[in-house]
Amino acid sequence: MHALVEPWTLGFMQRAFLELVLVGVVGGVLGCWVVFYELSYSAESLAHALFPGLVAAALLGAPLVVGGAAGVLVAAVAVAVFGRTPALGRDTSVAVVVTTLFGLGVLLGLAPASPPGLNELLFGDLLAVTPTDLVVAAALGSVVLVTLLALHRQLLVVGFDRGSARAFGARPLLVDLVLLGLIAAAVIVGVQALGNLLVVAVIVGPAATARLLARRMAPMMALASGCAVVAGLLGLYLSYYADLAGGASVALVLVLGYLVALGLRGGALVRLR
Amino acid sequence: MSGRLLVVDGLAAGYGRAPVLVGVSFALRPGERIGVLGPNGGGKSTLFRTLLGELPPVAGRFVSAGGFAYVPQTERSRLDYPVSALDVALMGTLSRLPWWKRPGRTGRAAALAALGRVGLAHRADAQFGELSGGQRQRVFVARALVQDAPTLLLDEPFTGVDQPSAELLEQLLAELADEGRGILIATHDVDQVRAWDRVLCLNRRQVAFGPPAIALDRRVLEQTYGGAIVAIPGEAGAEVGILPAHHHHHEEG
Repeated sequence: MHALVEPWTLGFMQRAFLELVLVGVVGGVLGCWVVFYELSYSAESLAHALFPGLVAAALLGAPLVVGGAAGVLVAAVAVAVFGRTPALGRDTSVAVVVTTLFGLGVLLGLAPASPPGLNELLFGDLLAVTPTDLVVAAALGSVVLVTLLALHRQLLVVGFDRGSARAFGARPLLVDLVLLGLIAAAVIVGVQALGNLLVVAVIVGPAATARLLARRMAPMMALASGCAVVAGLLGLYLSYYADLAGGASVALVLVLGYLVALGLRGGALVRLR
Repeated sequence: MSGRLLVVDGLAAGYGRAPVLVGVSFALRPGERIGVLGPNGGGKSTLFRTLLGELPPVAGRFVSAGGFAYVPQTERSRLDYPVSALDVALMGTLSRLPWWKRPGRTGRAAALAALGRVGLAHRADAQFGELSGGQRQRVFVARALVQDAPTLLLDEPFTGVDQPSAELLEQLLAELADEGRGILIATHDVDQVRAWDRVLCLNRRQVAFGPPAIALDRRVLEQTYGGAIVAIPGEAGAEVGILPAHHHHHEEG
């Protein structure tokens, strides 16, 4: 019993868990749309493309949120411009932009003048979450959740049948743009906890797990958020007692959760036959 | 416009500047069912998409009184989506409410009543993807009823539908026409169209428009289907136009 309680007597562990709750709820709900809009790869690309923005912010001592937002803007413009290059296919141009920006970020981060911290940006630093980080995460996360709630019906109609969505009063292009913006916001929220490389795990992992088990959108969102928070809790225990990196531990538990759900569903299907 | 729900005048429709459909002029009155007949790629879906505002007219114009309710082809929707029949019917309330608002008790009551009307009240909580093709089509009709527009556009609603669903749908379309709605139904089935009020024949242009008994002569059918008509003696001694087995591809936008 004592082993279960011990980690939570420490302030940094409490803050780490609170951060994971915020990231998990936002990532879980948003992830359900990401999965159905087939935007997992876009989310991954977006996360890597805004990396130089994060490094620049760290170098300049500016808040990560500002750097991330600037990074997203640069990436969006670059994709828009290179996407029009006739010789390049669209996915090729996205890959070129993303790898270029990510490489630029690593170069910046490895420059002799840069403060230590590239590791934290790449892999997250859960145990260094400050109260200010929590406030920023809560504020940005609330914006994401409120926007998703307001757009819920439009998202549902467009995701169901994009071709006929306009006939029912939905605006697919607007919905897509807002969704990409929200993914960027969620990535910025999650970078502190899981780092640039693993943040997509908390958006895609819980939603993919919940999709295997839930039959309606609202329960799926609740389940995804729950999975993410539980994975955060278990990941922190793993990190605390096995002395592993926090973000990586959480990502590992998320993947294990998906495999368990896959097994459960497979078992149920076999029994039905 | 008086006494007419839709007036289409010299409409040319298509993607970009080259129209795939030209010379469309017809009017729809309350209580009328118009069968829109034509081969795949003949312009049926393009006409609908233009009326629905998804494509701007290339030339000509149309005027609609009160807008459209829409029944798209079911195979375009996804079956792995986490929604019930009721959820899909409720999508019909989207254009009737401010975008941030959720459907309240009235909206839910309307959706349940619409599902009742298509004979699926008992399946309201069923997963949409687990319904039969005919039942899914009926859920789409329920969604169009929730939209509650004076004009209905149905894009091949009888394709892939089981016999009980087809009969129920035919009956329902008759009732809706009796209530004074105007209905445009895209279809492949020449015999079915003969029971309706008007027929609009399209094959990249308007071939004919009028009451089926007058408009559907052999020349019109040949032009509509590009001469692919086989004549056989009908049972009552009349000559009946039969189409060779056509393929239900849906490459048409």
